[in-house]
Amino acid sequence: MSHVLAVLEQRDGALRKVSHEVVTGARRLADALGGNVDALIVAAGPVRGADQLGRFGADKVITLSHAAFGMYAPEGYARAIVERVQSGGYGAVVFAASATGKDLAPRVAARLGRPLAQDVTDVAVEGGAVTVIRPVYAGKALAKLKVAGTPALVSLRPNVFTPVERPKAGTQETAAAAGPAGRVVVKAIKAAEAGTLDVAEASIVVSGGRGLKEPANFKVLEELAAAFAGRAAVGASRAVVDAGWRPHADQVGQTGKTVSPTLYVAVGISGAIQHLAGMRTSKVIVAINKDKDAPIFKVADYGIVGDLFEVVPKLTEEIKKAHG
Amino acid sequence: MKIAVCIKRVPDSETRVKIASDGTSLDEAGVKFILNPYDEFAVEEALRRKEKAGAGEVVVIALGSAAAQETIRTALAMGADRGTLLQSDRIPADGVEVAKALAAELKGAGFDLVLFGKMAIDDYNHQVGPMVAELLDLPCVTAVAHLEIEGGKGVAEREIEGGVEVVEFTLPAVLTADKGLNEPRYPALKGIMAAKKKPLELKPTALGPGALEILALTPPAERKEGKIVGEGAAAVPELVRLLREEAKVL
Repeated sequence: MSHVLAVLEQRDGALRKVSHEVVTGARRLADALGGNVDALIVAAGPVRGADQLGRFGADKVITLSHAAFGMYAPEGYARAIVERVQSGGYGAVVFAASATGKDLAPRVAARLGRPLAQDVTDVAVEGGAVTVIRPVYAGKALAKLKVAGTPALVSLRPNVFTPVERPKAGTQETAAAAGPAGRVVVKAIKAAEAGTLDVAEASIVVSGGRGLKEPANFKVLEELAAAFAGRAAVGASRAVVDAGWRPHADQVGQTGKTVSPTLYVAVGISGAIQHLAGMRTSKVIVAINKDKDAPIFKVADYGIVGDLFEVVPKLTEEIKKAHG
Repeated sequence: MKIAVCIKRVPDSETRVKIASDGTSLDEAGVKFILNPYDEFAVEEALRRKEKAGAGEVVVIALGSAAAQETIRTALAMGADRGTLLQSDRIPADGVEVAKALAAELKGAGFDLVLFGKMAIDDYNHQVGPMVAELLDLPCVTAVAHLEIEGGKGVAEREIEGGVEVVEFTLPAVLTADKGLNEPRYPALKGIMAAKKKPLELKPTALGPGALEILALTPPAERKEGKIVGEGAAAVPELVRLLREEAKVL
């Protein structure tokens, strides 16, 4: 029997949405290993949402507090997590492959001298060993890997592990973390505009490419995104980011973000292989393009051939109606 | 300022992936290899830091087969001073083993900065930089998109979900570069000629097997053939109906 540690994320004292996905992935491994899920929150004090984690399968929720742990403190967090892992006899440690998780997990792995399977899209236990699936070569191939020994460290690609309700006790426990916060200090978070969702985390992404013709025309996409009532983010292709029309934070693709939303709407994007790398795991893909031979139609579930400046406003109107 | 840049030889992003007959690796026949694009940002940043300081040295280090000498020459052509190839025909899937070999090479060499790309575009491991930092007990900031260094201190900015983190750190440090940090230069002909004469040391390197085994490499599931709903704005109501009733995403 082997337990699983789920390392969760908080910002401004509230649990981040991706944490439910991490608990869900951890639960799946714990069930296969015959153990419990311990959910670990590193914070400056009590975190909103911690009491909900039992619903998703956490047997125990441990909040590790330190005055300097309100914001991400890479070295202090890594030390605190390593101490917990070493004291708990865990078979697996599960992170989110978020910006923070992708920074934190390798530090923990190096300190433990254990391998890390980063940004996985599936986890399982076969013959007692943890196995994972990871997209490699820009999603052009999937690698199946086996982790020898314990603990197995994995980080889960956001938006892939749909949270599943699996009620467990969710017993709350608190502990104080000791020691220095470290030499790397997050001084501030410059927040994006209020209300804007990150493309990597939105359940709907509306992306634009060169077909938009000029930066100001992204307004039609912003209006479409707004019609989804707070569920959608606006993304962009590499061509328009390189041209300076949109910020790099919005770029979807091999040198941008990898997204797996429920719905991906590609507008005026031809579908270069490096763009497909970033969005091919979306659940449903819609393409709107005036060129009927554009490669994007090869991966799209639904396509409309036509002038985006006519199609998109009509779509915005219909979505508003559907939400009305 | 003495700066090390750890680089990797990777297949070009436009490569069509063909899986080798062993079922666990890439068939390299006909594949064009390049300097990992994120490492280009790291090399460029190192060159700019040295230029700004007016003195120093930029050393590029790669781990890989003999063919990676060509990748090192690319970085030397951009302007790096010398290169080291930790030569190994096999790169384990376990990033900790790669990090150990790099850390052993970097240890005690007196670098002010050790730069990496934030990830390699072949294995997407996204981990070797911070692992090396931990093994060397150095401060580390990953996925740096903006950087200022003054004296023994630095301020980096990195993108996080919904914002930008402003991070302070002390030198010496390990940093990994994201797109946006700078605009990498193209090697000029003069640089390419000069690179041929720059020192490139080969060091046979034995790596541990690691604890991650690739069981299989497979093509991703093909997306089911989609359908063209129609042409122009007239097709929109039908699209919305399909999204609601067939795909059930609205």
